[in-house]
Amino acid sequence: MSDHESFYHRDRSWHPPAFTPQYKTSILRSPQYPLLSLDNTISEMTGPVFGHDRLGPLDNDLIRNFAKTGDPIGQRIIVYGRVLDENARPVPGALLEFWQANAGGRYRHKKETYLAALDPNFGGCGRTITDEEGRYWFRTIKPGAYPWPNGINDWRPAHIHFSIFGHAFAQRLITQMYFEGDPMIWQCPIVSTIPDRQAVEQLIAALDRENTLPMDALAYKFDIVLRGRRSTMFENRMEGN
Amino acid sequence: MVQKLDRLKESPSQTAGPYVHIGAMPNWVEITGVWKEDLGLVLVGPETKGERVVVKGHIYDGGGTPLKDALVEIWQADAQGLYNSPRERRGKADPHFTGWGRQPTDGVTGEYKFETIKPGCVPYRDGRLMAPHITFWIVARGINIGLHTRMYFGDEEAANAECPVLARIEHKVRVPTLIASRSEENGMPTYTFDIHLQGEKETVFFDI
Repeated sequence: MSDHESFYHRDRSWHPPAFTPQYKTSILRSPQYPLLSLDNTISEMTGPVFGHDRLGPLDNDLIRNFAKTGDPIGQRIIVYGRVLDENARPVPGALLEFWQANAGGRYRHKKETYLAALDPNFGGCGRTITDEEGRYWFRTIKPGAYPWPNGINDWRPAHIHFSIFGHAFAQRLITQMYFEGDPMIWQCPIVSTIPDRQAVEQLIAALDRENTLPMDALAYKFDIVLRGRRSTMFENRMEGN
Repeated sequence: MVQKLDRLKESPSQTAGPYVHIGAMPNWVEITGVWKEDLGLVLVGPETKGERVVVKGHIYDGGGTPLKDALVEIWQADAQGLYNSPRERRGKADPHFTGWGRQPTDGVTGEYKFETIKPGCVPYRDGRLMAPHITFWIVARGINIGLHTRMYFGDEEAANAECPVLARIEHKVRVPTLIASRSEENGMPTYTFDIHLQGEKETVFFDI
C-alpha cells in the first residue's frame, strides 16, 4: 500500500480553525503549534466498521426510543440524506450517531443546568448505519434553541449533533446540522467559527416538503460529505473515484 | 472557463460540545434503555492475543486544567501489527480484537483509561516499520475540529529511534510529548500518556 487509498488533504480553510476567540472555550483548548502534516499511513487509512447487527429497531427513532408514557413534546420531523465522499460517491456502512436537546432546548445530561424542563419521554440520542447507496434517515422532534454561557446573552440555534465514521480513521468527523430559515444561525459564536459562509450553508438542512409525511412529520434533507480517496492512476485499478 | 472537477467539499467540522456523551455513550450519562451498551468500552476479551496493558492519562488545557468533558477515541493494530478493518490488505487481524476504543475523561478527575493490548509494528508508506503506536482522536467542547495524535511506548526506545514518523518531527524537543512512560499498577503494565493542548509541553498533533 503506497500512494493509493490515501485521502485528499483536509482543506483547513474550510473547517473552523482551532483558535476562535468569540467562542471562549476554544482559547485555552486550541493547539498553537502548526499541525504536523503526515501523508496517510495504514494507521489512518484503516478504520473500524460497525455491522447493522449492532443496531436495535428503535435506534433511529428518537420519538420512541426513550418514550415512557407517550410521545415526546415537539415538532415531529424526519431527517434524511446521504453520506458521500468528496468524489461524490456514496459511503455505505457509515455509522452515524446523533444527539440533541429536547423541544425546549434542554439536554438530558448530568452537567446540564438550563432551566427549561426535561421531557420524560425524550432521551435525545440515536444512531443508524448508511445503506448501500449511502442513505440514512431517522425520526425525532425538532430541538429548541437554548442560551449558553459564553457572552452574556449567547444562544445556540436549533441543531442536531452528528458523529460520523466512514471507512477510515482519517475520515472521522463530528459536526452539527442546522435548520433552513433559522435567523439564529447567523448570530451564533460556534457557527461563526467556520470562516466561509458557503461552508456554513453546507451544514443547513433543507426543508423538503416532498418528503413530508402528511398530517405527521416535516422532512429535512441533510447530506454529509467525508474526505475522498485519491485515484490510483498507473499504479493499480482506478479505485479512488 | 475550464472544465469542472466535480468534487464536493468535506462537511465542515463543528465542536462536539459538552454533551457529546449523550450520542457517544448514553449509558454513561444515565440515558439507559436506549441501547444496551456503549460502543468502544471494551477492546480486549479472554481470547484476544497480545500483552495486556493499561493506557491512561489526562488532557490539559493551556491553563493546566484537566478536561473533564472530553471524549477520547483510540485506533490501533493488533499484536501482529494488523488492523481489524476491511481496508487492511496485508493479512487477517485477530478477530477477537477490534482495535477501536472510546472513553470519556472522568467528570471529576479528568482521567481517561483504556484496557487494551500492546500493538505490533505497522509499516510506513515506504515499507520501513513505524514503532508501535496508538492513534488518538480527541474531541470536546472548545475543540472545533477533532485532534489527531499518536501515543508511542516508552519502553520501545530502539523502535522509536527508527520510526519514520517520529523522525519527521523537526523540533526534537517535542518528540517526548508523544511517548508514554511505562510503570506497573495493580500488576498491570501501565502507560501514562498525558496530552497538553497548549503551552510549553503542547503535544504534537497531526494533520493526517
